[in-house]
Amino acid sequence: MASKQKEALIDPLFNDNPISLQVLGICSALAVTTKLETSVVMSAAVIAVLTLSNLAISLMRNLIPASIRIIVQLTVIASLVIITDQVLKAFMYEISKQLSVFVGLIITNCIIMGRAEAYAMQNGPGMSIIDGLGNGLGYSIVLLFVGFFRELFGSGKIYGVTVLGDWYQPNGLMVLAPGAFFLIGIFIWMNRVWKPDQIEAE
Amino acid sequence: MERSSGYIITFAAVVCLVCGVFVSGAAVSLKDRQDQNAVLDKQKKVLIVGGLIDPNSETSPEEIERLFKTNITAKIIDLKTGQIYDKISSDGFEQEKYTKDPTTSIEAPARNAAGAKRLPKHALIYERQKNGKLDRLILPVNGKGLWGPLYGYFALASDTNTVKGIIFYKHQETPGLGGEIENPNWMSLWPGKKAFAMTKDGGLGKPKIEVNKGPSKDGDEYGIDGLSGATITSRGVTGMLQFWLGDNGFGPYLAQVRKGQ
Repeated sequence: MASKQKEALIDPLFNDNPISLQVLGICSALAVTTKLETSVVMSAAVIAVLTLSNLAISLMRNLIPASIRIIVQLTVIASLVIITDQVLKAFMYEISKQLSVFVGLIITNCIIMGRAEAYAMQNGPGMSIIDGLGNGLGYSIVLLFVGFFRELFGSGKIYGVTVLGDWYQPNGLMVLAPGAFFLIGIFIWMNRVWKPDQIEAE
Repeated sequence: MERSSGYIITFAAVVCLVCGVFVSGAAVSLKDRQDQNAVLDKQKKVLIVGGLIDPNSETSPEEIERLFKTNITAKIIDLKTGQIYDKISSDGFEQEKYTKDPTTSIEAPARNAAGAKRLPKHALIYERQKNGKLDRLILPVNGKGLWGPLYGYFALASDTNTVKGIIFYKHQETPGLGGEIENPNWMSLWPGKKAFAMTKDGGLGKPKIEVNKGPSKDGDEYGIDGLSGATITSRGVTGMLQFWLGDNGFGPYLAQVRKGQ
């Protein structure tokens, strides 16, 4: 893989993570991460929507009139989200019920429109797909990190399997939204210790 | 680059058309599967509240169908008289459609506790048989939550008074607040409670079961702990049960059941 492609794929994971550096998509990162299973499905849904919307926008980038580009992007994203929601309802009914409104709210996830506007409008389809995939994975890393620890400490389970036995008193705070805030904070902190150039100048 | 207005309008129209085709295509082609899932989910909820499957375990669709067929009897009843009504088949009976259709429903009493606008003339209820005897009644109930209607099942033992469980299959409550009506810990507070007040002569009086605000007192036979941060949902659940166990709901039917024993 050429270095440019590699960069587009790897950069959003830790160097330019959409959640921990750009602080986008926090709402869903709090809402669906009480369990690892919902985090996984949500991650997959966002990766699919982000990659496809980047592809679609990139293919049309020279045709979209500048004056209505945001509306066009939204239309494409909304359609993809509805289709994703329908597919989940048809094939993963239980999980789609747990994710409830948050699949629909992918439409308002700033990561997706942000990438469409900032990247797919200027770059070719191949690179846009890689960029979508990379940013989707960056989002997923945080979701899986948060989901893993919330489920572990909040209910003593990993992916629905009990790992901490009866001696463990589940920490209810972890299941509530503040638990996710703490974990995202810890993630950002660790990320910045590792990559000090992300720290803003005072 | 400037574009002409004609181009912009045409472009917008084409984008809408293409997106519309994809969205409706997905909705139409997946509808059968989704409906099937919804039916299966309802059956699963009936089985859970019927005490036939453990909510935490995975149950295959075939197993759900088999358990449902062998243990659950569906019956259509006349709400007003409480008698079994056998002129309508329970197969494919859609309660929600029946409640909406003006020919098969009546206007609900004004400002009723369940927030119902119309009441069906006939209702589909389930009975769970165990060793050839009636074990519990599973009644469909709906009420008013904070954001929208609550739909669920309420199970009573054959004495028509002891609560066996409650479960919701459709609601729009806030996850983490009103959405906690689906919390297994809260649901486990219900079994063993009593639904009706005792009259002086030892019979059953008006529905008395309610969801409290805050915790219920020790030994309170009728009270369920309230849900924190979900007062309106808690009240909605109380209202729903008060209504459906009352005279306009399943009261007449429960009286028939008692008479038959």
